[in-house]
Amino acid sequence: MKVSHKAEEILERLWIITEEGGDNAAHLEALSTTLDAEELLELQQMTYIEVKGERVYLRPEGREEARMTVRRHRLAERLLMDVLDYKGSGGNERACEFEHLLHHGVDTKLCTLLNHPTTCPHGKPIPPGTCCEEARATGETGVVALTELKPGETGEIAYLATGNEKKLQKLMGMGVLPGSELVLTRRFPSYIFKVGHSEFAVDEDLAKEIFVRRST
Amino acid sequence: MSDKEQTITAIDGKPRTILLVGNPNVGKSVLFNALTGAYTTVSNYPGTSVEVSRGDCEIHGVRYQVLDTPGMYSLLPITEEERVGREILLRERPDVVLHVIDARNIERMLPMTLQLIEAGLPTILVVNILDEAERRGMFFDIPLLEEKLGIPVVGAAVRRRRGLKEIRAAIVGFDTTLRASFGYASDLERDVQRLTALMTADYTIDARSLALLLMQKDEELLALVKDKEEDNFPAIEAALREITFERRVDLNLRISLERKRVCKGLLEGIVRQEERKGRPLAEHLSDLTMNPWTGIPLLLLILYFGLYQFVGGFGAGTVVDFLEGGLFEEILNPWVIDFCQRVIPWYWLKELLVGEYGIFTLGIRYAIAIVLPIVGTFFVAFSLIEDSGYFPRLAMLVDRVFKLIGLNGRAVIPIVLGFGCDTMATIVTRTLETARERVIATLLLALAIPCSAQLGVILGLLSAVPGALLVWTGCLIGIFLFIGLLSAQLMPGERPMFYMEIPPLRMPQPRNVLVKTLTRMQWYFLEIFPLFIIASVLLWAGKLTGALNWLVNALEPVMRLLGLPSETAAAFIFGFFRRDFGAAGLYDLQTSGLLSPVQLTVAAVTLTLFVPCVAQFLVMQRERGWKVSTGILVSVTTLAFAVGWALNRLLLATGMLQ
Repeated sequence: MKVSHKAEEILERLWIITEEGGDNAAHLEALSTTLDAEELLELQQMTYIEVKGERVYLRPEGREEARMTVRRHRLAERLLMDVLDYKGSGGNERACEFEHLLHHGVDTKLCTLLNHPTTCPHGKPIPPGTCCEEARATGETGVVALTELKPGETGEIAYLATGNEKKLQKLMGMGVLPGSELVLTRRFPSYIFKVGHSEFAVDEDLAKEIFVRRST
Repeated sequence: MSDKEQTITAIDGKPRTILLVGNPNVGKSVLFNALTGAYTTVSNYPGTSVEVSRGDCEIHGVRYQVLDTPGMYSLLPITEEERVGREILLRERPDVVLHVIDARNIERMLPMTLQLIEAGLPTILVVNILDEAERRGMFFDIPLLEEKLGIPVVGAAVRRRRGLKEIRAAIVGFDTTLRASFGYASDLERDVQRLTALMTADYTIDARSLALLLMQKDEELLALVKDKEEDNFPAIEAALREITFERRVDLNLRISLERKRVCKGLLEGIVRQEERKGRPLAEHLSDLTMNPWTGIPLLLLILYFGLYQFVGGFGAGTVVDFLEGGLFEEILNPWVIDFCQRVIPWYWLKELLVGEYGIFTLGIRYAIAIVLPIVGTFFVAFSLIEDSGYFPRLAMLVDRVFKLIGLNGRAVIPIVLGFGCDTMATIVTRTLETARERVIATLLLALAIPCSAQLGVILGLLSAVPGALLVWTGCLIGIFLFIGLLSAQLMPGERPMFYMEIPPLRMPQPRNVLVKTLTRMQWYFLEIFPLFIIASVLLWAGKLTGALNWLVNALEPVMRLLGLPSETAAAFIFGFFRRDFGAAGLYDLQTSGLLSPVQLTVAAVTLTLFVPCVAQFLVMQRERGWKVSTGILVSVTTLAFAVGWALNRLLLATGMLQ
């Protein structure tokens, strides 16, 4: 049974208030809805929520749906802000529209494409889907930014994600090229890594733009 | 002079030219010194500020001019230095290009050799630092590499003077008709072909190389091509646009990867790697310098011994005492003054030469006896540290702090150099990448970095009063960070980014340190010495005309506001002519007991912050323009007095230093 867009928004907020905020229920006002709103009735019919007085409770039956709604929203944020480069509130608004498209396995595909992110761009956790757990279980590491490596870990440079052409040329000129093996030796105060016999220091901003395939 | 030499140099009337090119830290300068001997002249390349060393040498009776270019990573320039390096490559029409590479990183540096060959430049490859590579178990088949590359290849360890003979032989026996060419993937070749077919003008580099650089959006070369091709240009531009659009996704990467592939093929069977156990000591030491827990104490040790003990104690103490107290005060001054008194009848001329602000008694004595030893010892320490490869490590250590003040780690080099001479450091800010960083660094140098001459006098002055040195240091660090933070907030512009190659730590070579120090001192003397003379002439004129008195009087109310005796006004006026003149003026006041501890501290802080010296101001104006430099001058002066006022109030209110 498919939940309507408006109902999805309610579930999402309810999840944030109860699961992440630690409250046991949310006030109608906090959900920006009214007692007689269509979406509220819809959710009650599905037994996803329960309304007592002016407070809305998330029922165990609704937990999974709410969790996945939050997941879809935050995956959408990742896609829009990181990949499609929408910044600020514009990105957030579009994510609100975009999330409703992530049904029927599209979310799984997107999650894999983004290499199973664990947080949204605002730092909130993305509830893991089955794809994330599978990837974890099989030890699939995928491609991560240099900032994800621990000192001593090695990886192969997969790609350089910088939008700045000069930076890219500089890195390539120094020999930081896709396909080269890299060893991270230090993360603080700057990122230090070795390629071949050469050692380089880069700051966090640049380290975020060097993507490596972790060696296992 | 042999007959042969005459005939060879007579062909075109100028000596043949050898260019040294390569990444930073591969031993170009060492090779340069080995080839040319000690006769180095370092000059700025015409129209730019980047230093280029030129020297002469004679090999088997043939005279050559040798040019050491700034380090560059590829033919496609990004920084100012690289731009100059390439400009020299394209303009000088060299007879020989020596591409020096680090054997340990041959795979990474060989792509540039390809670019040089591709450009049609007469290239000889020098595989340097073989000794360190061999210590790591890397061995090279040089003859095979030579055969594969089609150009002369020499293995060397120039620091150990290994391979020099072979390099000389290769230069003399060089047959420039040798050419190899390397093919890229067919689609890339097709695009290159398309462009080269359209180009008809005559260029200093091969059309194929030009085409590749144009495809990588090289603005400068595009302008050059536009200039040369005239009517033909629109067709080229159209083709170029089409190609760059077609390949918008990854053109630069494609080309880099193609070169890497070619190099991999070339290196097959060349390098033999034997297993070695254990890490060299230098690597352990390197780790210690980069770990903040050990790196910061190490930095403090270097500062203490390098700056405080060597420059402050030995340079500003022992050597200055000897030159100033011994040589000038006891021998030269009395003799010169006496001579002038007897020979010169005019009062004004006597004053000009040997008076209170005389050219000799103030200008020359000051330059030679006080400033030269301090700056000289500083440059020795600086060159030693530079040669060891410590600066990139320091840069990565302070990067985060420097980011807060709108700079990146790279800026440590001008800032540290500022402790030697702020004027020189202001010039070196050119190596910073964005205009924003250059302005912030210039401002901080003008405001909060005392130069060695000033530092020497102030340290001596304040160490007599317990606690004063601490207050002074605290004030300066506070102002440095506060103003840096503020300007980072207020100045528009991109966030600075930091990337740097960390060269291996090396034992500094005495010869290199000596050459670097002498070169810097030579520059210092040529640039700064005339200013000493001008300063004493101005002070002399000011004294005779009464303008000096007027200025001192005008400044007196300000001094009173800071709680300072009116005599300090003169010290501040002098401070503008030379930062250390001012500090020396304070020294006189202190010895005659006119300053209380609080007054001394306030005066020292204000004077350190106070306007840069004339030389620095002139350089600032040349580098940053009138608007910025005047802005900096005004804000620095205002700030200096404001801080002085506040510090005076604070010290009096808290009863500190009393």
